[in-house]
Amino acid sequence: MRKHSLMDRVGLFGRAGIDIVSVLGRSTIFLFHALLGRGGIGGGFGLLLKQLHSVGVMSLVIIVVSGIFIGMVLALQGFSILSSYGSEQAVGQMVALTLLRELGPVVTALLFAGRAGSALTAEIGNMKSTEQLSSLEMIGVDPLKYIIAPRLWAGFISLPVLAMIFSVVGIWGGSWVAVDWLGVYDGSYWANMQNSVTFSGDVLNGIIKSIVFAFVVTWIAVFQGYDCEPTSEGISRATTKTVVYASLAVLGLDFILTALMFGDF
Amino acid sequence: MSADNAYAVELKGVSFKRGTRSIFNNVDIRIPRGKVTGIMGPSGCGKTTLLRLMGMQLRPSSGEVWVNDQNLPTLSRSDLFDARKHMGVLFQSGALFTDLDVFENVAFPLRVHTELPEEMIRDIVLLKLQAVGLRGAIDLMPDELSGGMKRRVALARAIALDPQILMYDEPFVGQDPIAMGVLVRLIRLLNDALGITSIVVSHDLAETASISDYLYVVGDGQVLGQGTPEELMNADNPRIRQFMTGDPDGPVPFHFPASDYRTDLLGKR
Amino acid sequence: MQNRTMEIGVGLFLLAGILALLLLALRVSGLSPTASTDTYKLYANFDNIAGLTVRAKVTMAGVTIGKVTAIDLDRDNYMARVTLQLEKAVDNLPTDSTASILTAGLLGEKYIGLSVGGEDTLLKDGGTIHDTQSSLVLEDLIGKFLLNTVSKDAK
Repeated sequence: MRKHSLMDRVGLFGRAGIDIVSVLGRSTIFLFHALLGRGGIGGGFGLLLKQLHSVGVMSLVIIVVSGIFIGMVLALQGFSILSSYGSEQAVGQMVALTLLRELGPVVTALLFAGRAGSALTAEIGNMKSTEQLSSLEMIGVDPLKYIIAPRLWAGFISLPVLAMIFSVVGIWGGSWVAVDWLGVYDGSYWANMQNSVTFSGDVLNGIIKSIVFAFVVTWIAVFQGYDCEPTSEGISRATTKTVVYASLAVLGLDFILTALMFGDF
Repeated sequence: MSADNAYAVELKGVSFKRGTRSIFNNVDIRIPRGKVTGIMGPSGCGKTTLLRLMGMQLRPSSGEVWVNDQNLPTLSRSDLFDARKHMGVLFQSGALFTDLDVFENVAFPLRVHTELPEEMIRDIVLLKLQAVGLRGAIDLMPDELSGGMKRRVALARAIALDPQILMYDEPFVGQDPIAMGVLVRLIRLLNDALGITSIVVSHDLAETASISDYLYVVGDGQVLGQGTPEELMNADNPRIRQFMTGDPDGPVPFHFPASDYRTDLLGKR
Repeated sequence: MQNRTMEIGVGLFLLAGILALLLLALRVSGLSPTASTDTYKLYANFDNIAGLTVRAKVTMAGVTIGKVTAIDLDRDNYMARVTLQLEKAVDNLPTDSTASILTAGLLGEKYIGLSVGGEDTLLKDGGTIHDTQSSLVLEDLIGKFLLNTVSKDAK
């Protein structure tokens, strides 16, 4: 074990701080060049379509399956808690509010980071390590426009759509458990839900959350791929970083957004 | 305009640092137009870095990089991408786009930079693939090709837009003798047939010397020597001699710098 | 051909997203396309609104006809001023109508129930309901009940 003097430690701390600031700066410039500047999405609509397919459509199965199960679990748990107060009719309201406000956007973003985010990082990292990005540059095509921008937009569009599908599937999954299995009256499941859920408050705020998450998760995933060390260890490290950073960012931002939206201050 | 200048690429006083480590220190290199110029040096001396500096994929810490009478470090991002259309690079790994087949790989630069009709693109692609002898491989995917074939497809892609300058990054590494012979012949042939300026970065002495009109030897972040292959073979500089003759020990020592062997073995920790 | 299936896949994906949004709007949050009818405002002053919140519903004869949009304290008479937003369709409320704060079930949320008075003049937009019944505060009730028991015992 090497001993560090106090000054060394202060120096290390300072260097870490500078590193963080420089990564932040680099990733912001990266985002700026990719989204703004000349030409928009290079290669146009076809590329975006391809990425929507690989980022959005390919994530659909995991989102739908998880959505159904989470809705069913929520209904089960809600029923067992609420029935001890004799208000099991409120189970629909509970399932819907939980999904729309929290679990829909958050769980979708976490699953998205694991499924699509890590794939994006690995794909771009691989392109970097096989010099495909360099080669694009030397052909005179900006990889930020041609490779990065379509992936960013595909992520921004896909995640909110996936989150909405997740919530809907969850609410229906909850209704199967509550109504068809546990015998809550069909009318009160939906009526209680409709009474308490507001479109502008709950549905829209949930969508806003998922848009913010989409932005952050895709940004992190794509930047980690672009910035990774172009070796196999570098790529696997970057993929891990994507999942860890994106999940932390989603959970942290969720707290801030929830406080702003539903905190009443 | 650019044809007046006898040099296609000129590095003037270029220094490059990675972190605090200096890779190049005040390097001057001039690449004559229409010739094959070899840049040689031991592994790890920054030859590839030099190539990337010429394509401005890396920005020099100081100095000027003139390509076709444009000082690249002063160009804007979009002008730089325009300037690169006149350069072709053959990367070490070939760097084919793995999700496109051979035809689409070669057609790619044409599709993004020209508005040519589909039949014309097809004709050009066939022409370029014929030049590298791979017209028959048109429908294969990159992962179905051998390493040498990949490089030849990449070469066809690099010349798709008829660049003025073609750079080769270690074209001979990891090739069997036949593939190596094919590449050597292709580089010379393309240079003479298309009248382009070729820059070959390599540490394969015999092959590079056999096709180059002019040679640079770099090492220690500097240009150690330059001249025609014959001049360099007879150079006095011991470092160049060692490299050209392949001695294991010499000015470039066999041992990585270390403390005294005797004290290391016998001394106490 | 492979391109075509991809296009169809993405198209279906986006359609599913739109369908999900529609379901969330219509089925889950009960937003009906005609819900944005004209409304008008009434004020009601309460001694105590404890537990009433913004967005609570306003009912008449059990039918929801509006909602609470704001709750403030009136500086001059120290009463709670509640702003009600009612559907324009129900614009025939007499001036002596009563507003009371009710509770849905034992632990349910608070809402406002309106009952009709007998005057001929009607409340206009921006009018105030004067006849109000405040929230039932459980602590007050218990306090009264205890006081009664204590005073009974003292006799």
